[in-house]
Amino acid sequence: MSTLTATWNWLADPAHWSGDDGVWHRLFQHLALTAVCLLSSCLIALPVALVLGHLGRGGALAVNISNAGRAVPTFAVLVLLLLTPVGNWGEGPTVVALVLFAVPPLLTNAYVGMREVDRGVVQAARGMGMTGRQLMFHVELPLSLPMLLNGVRIAAVQLVATATIAALAGGGGLGRIITAGFNLASTPQVVAGALIVAVFALVVEGLFEIAERLGPAWTRPGR
Amino acid sequence: MTAAPDDCLARNEWICGAYLSSRRRILLDAVVQHLQLTSLSILIGLLIAVPLAVLARRWGWAATPVLALTTVLYTIPSLAMFSLLLPLYGLSATLVVAGLVLYSLTLLVRNLLAGLRAVPEETRQAARGLGYGPLRLLLTVELPLALPAAMAGLRIATVSAVSLVTVGAIVGYGGLGNLIYSGMNTYFKAQVLTASVLCVLIAVAADLLLLSVQWLITPWTRAGRP
Repeated sequence: MSTLTATWNWLADPAHWSGDDGVWHRLFQHLALTAVCLLSSCLIALPVALVLGHLGRGGALAVNISNAGRAVPTFAVLVLLLLTPVGNWGEGPTVVALVLFAVPPLLTNAYVGMREVDRGVVQAARGMGMTGRQLMFHVELPLSLPMLLNGVRIAAVQLVATATIAALAGGGGLGRIITAGFNLASTPQVVAGALIVAVFALVVEGLFEIAERLGPAWTRPGR
Repeated sequence: MTAAPDDCLARNEWICGAYLSSRRRILLDAVVQHLQLTSLSILIGLLIAVPLAVLARRWGWAATPVLALTTVLYTIPSLAMFSLLLPLYGLSATLVVAGLVLYSLTLLVRNLLAGLRAVPEETRQAARGLGYGPLRLLLTVELPLALPAAMAGLRIATVSAVSLVTVGAIVGYGGLGNLIYSGMNTYFKAQVLTASVLCVLIAVAADLLLLSVQWLITPWTRAGRP
């Protein structure tokens, strides 16, 4: 019980929310990292997945890369990057690790989405004289959008989690509040930081959920 | 004064045979801890997930809250999960195991439930017609038929658990993660690389092991194939 009260007191103290180590600053860092990395991993993964999916090539690679990504510990990649020259440019290791872990779900989902488009529809489009490019942008892409967006959602949640672990390897973001709490042996700060991170992750997931419901019906998975 | 030895340890190289031979004991202990933490949490996860999935299958209304709860748990980043459990378990191996159990639940319950739901209604009817009671139906018909889907979930859960154990380094019980953490603080490249590679090897070995177990216990899935 005393931990709960202490955690509440920590959260209620305005001093913990302002300044360079404050919650707002860390939250902004976390959000910026997540957004920038989500955008760049989309720019890297989606064109590749769309072209591969359109051509129907490299399927084994696109699917297996996702499984391989799961076997590699995020923390290990962060530390390995930190010890390479990449470690010298500030948030470099964090950004590279975040992008590395966001690419597999994006790639796999977009590729599978493209391949799952009804072959009959593709044949019909071809029969109407559509070129490969028209087929890709006007038929396959819209029909695979639900899967693709689901990949973006998984990647975003993954990014939030990875950005938290980055704090273990000296990166910025909300995880810093937790690691600082451990260094100070302050259980209230650790728990308060964890609560903020958990709520943040759930809010991100929730926003995607809401966006999915508000979006047009044909962008929803399951149809 | 003796001159500092000029071996790969002194030069702090990534790949270092001297590290492997001189730190064999430490590496072995870390691997053992890693395996213990992983297997214990997956076993406990299974023990909780099977009844949960069976109950969710039996009572349809229970499926939604069970799935929603496990999804919420899965969304919480691992560092936060371990930290939230700190007041309950303190700096202990139990904390890491508890966190990993919560993560594995999502994958296990989801896949088990999908497997149970995929059992054809005709099969169930046929078993009932043969005089199978609910328990015998569950144990000898439904669960075996759900095995392929359940094993897929088990494999993903195990591989994820192997990699998540490393985050346990924050409380000092991270198996190979401890070596990565201390290697990071001392810029010890050989230690970080060796521990990371071992981690991936454990994950791959565990996956292959489960794959062969699945091959052995589901002979009917490969019947009729050349």
